[in-house]
Amino acid sequence: MRASFPHMGNIHLLMSDLLERLEVEYIVAPPTTTKTLEIGVRHAPEFACLPLKITVGNFIEALDTGADTLLMAGGTGPCRFGYYAETQKRVMEQIGLDFSMVTFESPAAHPAMFVKAFKTIAPDKSVLQVWRALKTSFAKGRCFDLLEKRLLQLRAYEVAPGSTTAAYEAGLELMSKAKSREQIDAAYAEALALLDEVPLDREREVLKIGIVGEFYMLLEPFVNFGVERWLNEHDVYLERSVYLTDWIGPSRRNPVLGVSDADVGRLAHGYLSHHVGGEGQATIGHTMKYIEEGFDGIVHLLPFTCMPETIAKTIFPRLARDMDIPVLSFVIDEQTGKAGVITRLEAFLDLLWSRRRAKGGVRELVAS
Amino acid sequence: MRGYLGIDVGSVSTNLVMLTEDDEVAASVYRRTRGQPIVAVQDGLQELATQLPEDVEVAGAGTTGSARSLSGVIVGADIVKNEITAHAIAAKHVVPDVRTVLEIGGQDSKVILLRDGVVIDFAMNTVCAAGTGSFLDHQSARLGIPIEEFGGYALKSEAATQIAGRCSVFAESDMVHKQQIGHRLEDIIYGLCKALVRNYLNNLAKGSELAAPLVFQGGVAANAGMKRAFEEALGEAIVIPEHFNVMGAIGAALLAKASMAGGRRTSFKGFCVSDLVYDTSNFTCKGCANTCEIVKISIEGEVLARWGSRCGKWEVEERVSAAKA
Repeated sequence: MRASFPHMGNIHLLMSDLLERLEVEYIVAPPTTTKTLEIGVRHAPEFACLPLKITVGNFIEALDTGADTLLMAGGTGPCRFGYYAETQKRVMEQIGLDFSMVTFESPAAHPAMFVKAFKTIAPDKSVLQVWRALKTSFAKGRCFDLLEKRLLQLRAYEVAPGSTTAAYEAGLELMSKAKSREQIDAAYAEALALLDEVPLDREREVLKIGIVGEFYMLLEPFVNFGVERWLNEHDVYLERSVYLTDWIGPSRRNPVLGVSDADVGRLAHGYLSHHVGGEGQATIGHTMKYIEEGFDGIVHLLPFTCMPETIAKTIFPRLARDMDIPVLSFVIDEQTGKAGVITRLEAFLDLLWSRRRAKGGVRELVAS
Repeated sequence: MRGYLGIDVGSVSTNLVMLTEDDEVAASVYRRTRGQPIVAVQDGLQELATQLPEDVEVAGAGTTGSARSLSGVIVGADIVKNEITAHAIAAKHVVPDVRTVLEIGGQDSKVILLRDGVVIDFAMNTVCAAGTGSFLDHQSARLGIPIEEFGGYALKSEAATQIAGRCSVFAESDMVHKQQIGHRLEDIIYGLCKALVRNYLNNLAKGSELAAPLVFQGGVAANAGMKRAFEEALGEAIVIPEHFNVMGAIGAALLAKASMAGGRRTSFKGFCVSDLVYDTSNFTCKGCANTCEIVKISIEGEVLARWGSRCGKWEVEERVSAAKA
């Protein structure tokens, strides 16, 4: 058996670590490229969302490079994500591919199925061994997330373009090699130090933007045109509403985000009083949180045909008016072009700077 | 004379404007891009120069539009700015208390909302051409009526024909159908204007308050039928600025002026760029499966700019603008 899994931001770092602990043979699928997208678009249903199309592409490329067992997460609730493992399986079976698929259902909703999935890929490991591996890998994954969060906060101030990104990537590299808890802690401290050593211009006036929306769109730079890096490099401090480990294993603390899903949900109550699947309610809740914290604006990313985020999107015009906060939504699919996204982002930053200046900020729209 | 140059290179038209130091339009050019932005800019500059005195001195240059980066490299712009901001700045210059800008160009359309002189919201159409100038152009050609006379026909209509405006393909078949069953041409043309306005308002202005004063600009503002349709739909008078078709270029010139405020020297290369031979070439990067198409713009073997890669490894761009925001 040789396992593989779809890409989504840094998930391959977390999955590689976990599969190594469980002594499961695996390969990392080729990185997501336009070829992946083309393969996915060719085979996946047209009105499925972009994440489904790209992950089908990842799976097919993984099978091409020697994988035979595909790992996918399951889910419950109004978001179609819960069906995706099944949809992917049927799409690939229809084109005559030979593979087996293992779906990891939510341990809270379906504990027996969760355990069974691990038994399938690592039959020699006891439940206790799996549990320990999960715990350690997760702790490591959390460090990746915390580094990324720090990156989004610091990069806007960097003196040399690209220096923070380079430090972050070096940090990921260090972290990837760490195995034991002690090594992980040491590597994390070292990676954090690398980031904190990057020369910064703390006097620089920056905008603060909260980036919210559907998890895959936020976590995967290929589909969001590297919007985070672009914003950071145009003097924008960022906070993001989704991090991988908090998303996979939500807890009362959500150590990366620092706020529980329940509390975020409550913040949304004035506009959306119940869960609508996916991150629909969290998108509104995090937006309210960023407004409370005095952010300048909100960037909202969603895949075309995504129901939960479409609900959030229709709430935004009223919320934006009530709370006096600019919101820019991007509905993304395989037709979306980067040029259009950049034009709107540029105009959005101009808008935010003008507002800042109208409220007494010093920076001119046109810096001379 | 001294002045500021603004260049707006869009998908359909290329517009150039020379503003005096008192922000008056000294000369303007509106021409077709015809898929050749470099040639359009070079020829446009030459045409602009013929309208200007010999001793003209360009104190600053700005570019905007979808080819803003390319044209910025070609002319040596002091500032390169997106077209949404450029249009807002120009509208505010003409009507200082403007609260809504309706802009319809050749291949895109936008709505910009301002309050107290600050842009508070904007929207730009994405992939649909149904509400833009290209579609009107196409229909005028099909009906054999010059685009300049299209608006006049619409004004003669007494009862607009219902036309499906959601999609340009459906709109066309609907128009053919209405012609075949005997509707008057005037009514069909005005019906088309109304359909485009409906489409624009539904697609772009969703849920936002389009408050007066309203300024309508972009090439399509030349069409009196569109103005009438907007006024009927919104119940407000619409202002069409004198230089409605070159507002993006005016905005770019105003931005150029603002960017030179600190006494900077312009990086404008001069009207002579019309005579230079720019060499553009492209190749496909084989570095990964993204197979990005890289475009290279050079002059006499010296690379001025190179872009198109996802990862950024090929990107070379002259710092055409110190202004980041």
